[in-house]
Amino acid sequence: MKRWLPLVVFLVLVGFFAKGLFLNPREVPSPFIGKAAPAFSLPLVGDANASFSPENMKGKIWLLNVWAPWCVSCRQEHGVLMELAQTQTVPIVGLNWKDKSREAEQLLREQGSPYAAVPDDQTGMVGIDYGVTGTPETYIIDQAGIVRMKHVGPISPDVWKDKIEPKLKELGA
Amino acid sequence: MKSLLFSLLLALSIPAWAEEAAPIGEDPVIEQRMIKLSEELRCLVCQNESLAGSHAELAEDLRREIRTQMKAGKNDKEVITYLTTRYGDFVLYRPPFKPVTFLLWLGPVLFLGLGAGIWYMTLKKRRALKDEPVDEQQLAAAAQLLEDKK
Repeated sequence: MKRWLPLVVFLVLVGFFAKGLFLNPREVPSPFIGKAAPAFSLPLVGDANASFSPENMKGKIWLLNVWAPWCVSCRQEHGVLMELAQTQTVPIVGLNWKDKSREAEQLLREQGSPYAAVPDDQTGMVGIDYGVTGTPETYIIDQAGIVRMKHVGPISPDVWKDKIEPKLKELGA
Repeated sequence: MKSLLFSLLLALSIPAWAEEAAPIGEDPVIEQRMIKLSEELRCLVCQNESLAGSHAELAEDLRREIRTQMKAGKNDKEVITYLTTRYGDFVLYRPPFKPVTFLLWLGPVLFLGLGAGIWYMTLKKRRALKDEPVDEQQLAAAAQLLEDKK
C-alpha cells in the first residue's frame, strides 16, 4: 500500500489539474443569478425618443443579449439569433454595448435584427451594472425580473439546445 | 549573493510597472487611492492583470468609475462593494474569508499540520529503533559480503 501512495497522490493531482485545464476562465459565476435584474432605462437604437426598461418585460421570460457591432463573435452569433427569433417565442432584447462609432443601426438594417428591442448603452454603464466583461453575453430573465442564467460567449445551436432551451423549459417558457 | 540581490530588486520593481497604464487624473490624492485600490482588483478582461495595470477598455471604464465614486466621497469599502455586487468576489485578488473559501485560506495551515504530523511520526519511529548488539558472527558475514562484491 505504502509504495503506491505517491502514485495515488500524483493521480489525484493530475485529476485536479486536468479539471482546471478544461474549465473556461471566462465562465465567471455571475453574482446576479437568483437576484433581480438591475433596472435601467435607455433610448432605443434607431429611435432615440423611445426607451427600453426591463420593467417593460415584466410577466415575460426574455433574453438580454449583450452585443456590439465591433464584436466579431457577435457576428457569428447573429445568424443563430436570427433563426431563433423566427422559430421560438422568447423575446430577445439586444443591449448595444459601447457602440461608440454608432454602427448598430446600419448593421441591423443590412443584416436583419433578431431583437424585440435594442437599447443603446453607449457609455457601457448598464453593461457594467450587469457585470458584463465582454460581448457577447446573454442573460435569461424570468417573469418576475429575476436573472436565472448567464451565458458568456456566443450562442451556438449546441449552446441553445444544451444550455439555454432546457433552462427556458424549466422556467415554463 | 549579488544575483540574489538583483532578483530581489527586480521583484520589488514589479508593482511599479503595474501603475504605468493608469492615466494621471487631476486629483493626485484620489488618483493614488484609486491606484492603490485597483492594484488589489482583477481586470475582468485580461484576468491575470490588475485593474491598475490593464489597458483593456473595460478596465479604463472601471478605473474611471472608481475615480468618480471616490470623488463623490465613497470610501474604499463602498467602492469594492460596488464592484463585487456586479462582478462577484472574482474581482478581488484577495478572496474574502467565508465558508466557501475556508479550505482556500486554511489549506496551507492544514498541509503544514499534515507535514508536521508525518515528520513527528517518522522521528518517533526512528527513535524507537534500538541499538542492537552485533555479534562477531554477523560482523564476519558482513565483511564476507563486502569482500564478495570486490
